[in-house]
Amino acid sequence: MSLPISGVPTAVDQPGQLPGAQPGAAGPGPAARQPTTHALTRMGRAIRSNRKATVGTVLLAIFLFAALFPGLIAKDDPGADAYQPKLGISTAHLLGTTAQGQDMWAQLVWGTRNVMIIAFVVGLAATGIAVLIGVAAAYLGGLWDGSLSLLTDVLLVIPLFPLLIIIAGYAHGGGTLVLILVITVTSWSYTARQLRSQALSLRRRDFLEAAKVRGERRLYIIVVEVIPTMTSLIVAAFLTNALYAVLFASSLQFIGLGNPNTQSWGTMLYWAQNEAALQTGQAMWAIAPGLCIALLGAAFALLNYAFDEIGNPALRPVRRRRRKRA
Amino acid sequence: MRFALRRLGFFVVTLWVALTLNFLLPRLMPGNPALAMLAKFHGQIGPGTLHALEVLFGVNTQQSLWSQYVTYLHHVFTLNFGPSLDFYPESVTSVIGSAIWWTLGLVGVATILAFVLGTGLGIVSAWKRGGRLDSVLPPVFVITSAIPYFWMGMVLVLIFGFTLGWLPTQGGYYVSTDSPGLNWIFFQDVLSHAVLPALALIITLIGTWILTMRNTMITTLAEDYVRMARAKGLPGRRIMLDYAARNAILPNLTGFAMSLGFVVGGAILIEYVFNYPGVGYMLLQAVQGEDYPLEQALFLLITVAVLVAILIADIATALLDPRTRTSG
Repeated sequence: MSLPISGVPTAVDQPGQLPGAQPGAAGPGPAARQPTTHALTRMGRAIRSNRKATVGTVLLAIFLFAALFPGLIAKDDPGADAYQPKLGISTAHLLGTTAQGQDMWAQLVWGTRNVMIIAFVVGLAATGIAVLIGVAAAYLGGLWDGSLSLLTDVLLVIPLFPLLIIIAGYAHGGGTLVLILVITVTSWSYTARQLRSQALSLRRRDFLEAAKVRGERRLYIIVVEVIPTMTSLIVAAFLTNALYAVLFASSLQFIGLGNPNTQSWGTMLYWAQNEAALQTGQAMWAIAPGLCIALLGAAFALLNYAFDEIGNPALRPVRRRRRKRA
Repeated sequence: MRFALRRLGFFVVTLWVALTLNFLLPRLMPGNPALAMLAKFHGQIGPGTLHALEVLFGVNTQQSLWSQYVTYLHHVFTLNFGPSLDFYPESVTSVIGSAIWWTLGLVGVATILAFVLGTGLGIVSAWKRGGRLDSVLPPVFVITSAIPYFWMGMVLVLIFGFTLGWLPTQGGYYVSTDSPGLNWIFFQDVLSHAVLPALALIITLIGTWILTMRNTMITTLAEDYVRMARAKGLPGRRIMLDYAARNAILPNLTGFAMSLGFVVGGAILIEYVFNYPGVGYMLLQAVQGEDYPLEQALFLLITVAVLVAILIADIATALLDPRTRTSG
């Protein structure tokens, strides 16, 4: 790992380069000035060479497409009770129809959008809070570190899901916005702690000392020097938070603590459970949305493990040495 | 000693935060949920109880917020959570007392089994690195760890309950025919009712144990003392278990102590899917039935369980591994 030490005050430091790949450069970030395409190609190569990353990216791309253009994949209106209830699987209804006569495939496809919105908004917001608190705690030190770390640790050990259930219960099914708010506020602590320890290890680095000697302001140092160096960990934090958001939101919707009229996988499961879909031979109603949640969650998890492996070569799967034996 | 005191201090602070959250949440939420709840139960409960609840939730009282808070803390520390509204006139404490054993039995056994199996598989998987087990297990369990465990429960219900008809899918025993007590039939029924929910829990919990054990074990296997053991020509089993696994198991052990704390509140949705008469299912019933006294007490119970487990885990780590004592 070579950290760029810039002596020129105006130069924007490039993110720390991990051997092999730089996941953080994936986003359309304006930070990388000259080698944008270069970073993207490197990113692409890293994804292709790691099987977990490939699978995760493909899955995520499929779900993103469904969330952006559901109309292209499913022609039916997901809310309309337009058909005969409880139809089986057919070419007209890929997954059959619900007990209310809605097309299940359309519900599944249109439901992607809600889940993706929750995943990305919570992922970004919670990661933002985590970066802010984690880096501030590490960089400011002293009393600040003490109090911010205490806040993080306390939130870390309070059982989140029961707390979520209780808050959502008090809020009386306020819909997606409430879910996003509640999950964001409660779930940033785990990643904040990771980011803090990473930022702590950076504190003594030469390029930060150099910035201090140059007389840069604290805010400038944090935003321009510290945070870009942590991009890979921030991406990992985003993936973790997005995964939690998907699981938490779907679970809350499943037990009826979301708005049961939104189109989403969790509410599909809620209705399936309410209408006893498993007993009445409509297993698809519960299987399909659950499988999608698992696949989307797996996509985030796989990408996370892949970045872990890229950053920590010791964990990479070893090639099997079958040929030698044969 | 200082270390233990610090952890104890953290325990107290966190407990206080949880207590205060419990106190403030119903008061801060828009639309005053406590008022709605009291309106709903008006006329169903005696005036004395009603007044007690009004004090508990700060409705229609002239008391200042501070004195409400003091009263609330006093109630909590004397374990006086008032009556449950759904199970009126039973008290919250006695309602919880009957549910907790179901949860401890089901989730406790599942947690222990998942830990033992997962750690064992992790050890073997890392030892035979690149072997068949090692190439199959990690990817499979990356995926299972992303599966919502309630959905795993639903799939098991579908396969073994409705399609094959092997096992019961609802409740903790046959409510209509069984007589709870110490008899063989009741015992058998409880066991058969626990199989599916326990299986669902084990499948979703085991992945983390395998992966952490495997990854720490891989790091440990690269240590010099393992190479030394190999050079001495010790048998493989001995190196695997006594040299590598013994040193690598510490993170898993700490995690296990912590996960014991999550036993109480950790399987809410599994209990919901199986209508299992435990604490988690009761929490959901309380939330849906707006039984706030029960809800508050359950949340506290779940939090305290986790906190105690973390305290124990911290102390156990310090006792088992001298390296952590100074840095903690």
